[in-house]
Amino acid sequence: MIALGQDEIAKYPFLADAGQYLKDKGFTLEQFGTDPDLKQLVEKAFNRIEVAADGKIYQSDLIADQASNQAALPREVFSFLLAIVLLKLSGMTTLIKRFALAEARRAEKYLEKDLANISDESKKQLAIKIIDDLFSIQVKKQDDFFVIPVSDYLTHSINFHEREWKLINRHVENGLVFLSPHETVRLIRKELGTYINSKIINAKAPPMISSFEEPVNKLIILSKKFSTYTVTTGEYPPCIKHAIKILEKGENLPHSGRFMLATFLLSKGQSIEQISPLFKNAPDYNERVTLYQLNHLAGTSGSGTHYSCPSCEKLKTQSLCFAIPECANIINPLQFGKKRS
Amino acid sequence: MQENDIKFLEDSFKKYYFEHFDLIHVPNRTFEREFGFQKFNSGMTRHISIKDDKELHLLLMRNIPSDVYCSNGYYSFPNLPMNEKGWKEADLIFDIDAKDLNLECRKNHTISKCNECNEISISNINCAKCNSTKLEKKSLPCKNCIDASKYEVSKLSKILIEDLGVQPNDIHVYFSGNEGFHVYVYNSQFQKIGSRERSELTDYIMFHGAIPETFGMKKFKPNRSSFPDFQEKGWGGRFSKEVYESKSKRSKIISELIINGYSSFQKTLENLSNKIGAKIDPNVTMDIHRIFRLPGSLNSKSGLTKIFCHDITKFDPYTEASFLHENSVEIIVSCPTKFKLKNRTFGPYFDEKVSVPTYAAVYMICKKLATLS
Repeated sequence: MIALGQDEIAKYPFLADAGQYLKDKGFTLEQFGTDPDLKQLVEKAFNRIEVAADGKIYQSDLIADQASNQAALPREVFSFLLAIVLLKLSGMTTLIKRFALAEARRAEKYLEKDLANISDESKKQLAIKIIDDLFSIQVKKQDDFFVIPVSDYLTHSINFHEREWKLINRHVENGLVFLSPHETVRLIRKELGTYINSKIINAKAPPMISSFEEPVNKLIILSKKFSTYTVTTGEYPPCIKHAIKILEKGENLPHSGRFMLATFLLSKGQSIEQISPLFKNAPDYNERVTLYQLNHLAGTSGSGTHYSCPSCEKLKTQSLCFAIPECANIINPLQFGKKRS
Repeated sequence: MQENDIKFLEDSFKKYYFEHFDLIHVPNRTFEREFGFQKFNSGMTRHISIKDDKELHLLLMRNIPSDVYCSNGYYSFPNLPMNEKGWKEADLIFDIDAKDLNLECRKNHTISKCNECNEISISNINCAKCNSTKLEKKSLPCKNCIDASKYEVSKLSKILIEDLGVQPNDIHVYFSGNEGFHVYVYNSQFQKIGSRERSELTDYIMFHGAIPETFGMKKFKPNRSSFPDFQEKGWGGRFSKEVYESKSKRSKIISELIINGYSSFQKTLENLSNKIGAKIDPNVTMDIHRIFRLPGSLNSKSGLTKIFCHDITKFDPYTEASFLHENSVEIIVSCPTKFKLKNRTFGPYFDEKVSVPTYAAVYMICKKLATLS
């Protein structure tokens, strides 16, 4: 693990071993429930979660990357660790997710600053090391840019849906992608969130302490705010309509198009018997082959793998996408017409 | 296909395999590869392990396959079902096919065979005889098709080397045995990336999904100085060459681009993908479990060999990939267009009985245009 100084633990508290940290500082969890001075920290922890749940980034006491005073430093770390304790006790995964993402964005700001730091080489090296250790991305400095191998870029950028993150919209040279400090760090935001999330999920839940009951109950109430339900219009997306039209006309729909159509309809709950007649008009229709392939996709034969409908991105690549304004903000045809409320 | 045609093709293929073991080798890391084959008029047999050249040659002699395949992927257990194989990595592969290049010449040598009445005619939407729309398209590629495919290979190689850092000697180009080329990339940083990442890589190579901002154009107050220039590496430089044409025109064209506005710029980019993007089949590259035609094996769509191209610029598939015998065979053939094999021109034939060398007979029977007389 990376060796961290005091102020670095405050910036990246998720890198510390929580139990060990408390022990090193000479505290037990119970003390936080009873000691009036320490109780404040529980409130601070609750506040840290509340801010995160609201989609905002917790404003820390760190000023210009340094603690304003020596006492502020452990407070920063304690409030993070206590927040995890409260979240574990509440068991609310939606809150844990939101908290992890907010904490990732908070750390992202520090990482970005450290990367861009010209005066302190050690800070930059630490940021580069964190990125390498946690996410196996080898970042190197080249002129004013940070460069990473194209393959590393792809494994991370693939989760972004904004077009500016497509490789084609990046400066690529000699197997490397050129990024600004901001972009380098932005690239790992989601993984940083996932990393913090998994650290919290894998942490052991401590036994309940009576004075934690109140904030934990408040968290449970808070999490209810984030439950959603969805309404569907039931209309097919344009890619599916287009595929059906092609088949109705007796024209050839490429294999990838047939795959999309079949997996889409299977996911919508249609049976193989309902779907197979759609392919009757295809120039190379063969009933036996069609049934075999549909069974294969549904996972009722072969390896048992249930195939899912390709993403919009993939369909674009395969020239099967015919997006209309209603397609905005969806990443898979199955989401078409669904409205969250 | 009729029994005696299949028998003839099998005999010809068997003879080829027997006489040309020197051309057919297992790829390296053989134990980690999945092999597969197809027989004439039969389904695919796959999930096979092969240990060396000898075992491969034995399989060819025993089964006389119409097509032989080998995975670009490496597995822990290549002979187990797909989800138990234990995928490790895969060579990067590309398929460039003349049929995907929208070439003008295609209409002159694409033949339709009606699935209902077997009528053969030059490409049409409906059968000339029975009006059915169930047509099977057969193409007899010409020199232009091959030259255009070669051009795409050279575009692809440039992007691989200059942008993606691939070493030139890690790029191996093969004639596919029918209408295009297969390109393999070995030992690259991309060996371990998955299907979605490869799909993203294909968009890069095909110049798909570019946004105006990448090339300096903004919705509001675009800045002249942020437009690309000739000396830039990667797409910036290629954009410059194609859009500005010459250094002297650069300034004038940037002014035009700015006047025409953002959405017109987006259209320009979309049109550019056809010109500067390499036209590869994205489905092949993104497939990490594919079994891909084995180099040295015959392609049952033509009877030609999938063969390594030492020098692609000089390579002529219709002399260098045709290895079957000269012995004359009598066939009945409908082939309304000419084609060239081993420097000899054949056709057009209109439902007639002709005597042609074995390699030409196999070619036409494989294309389902002929049958033994």
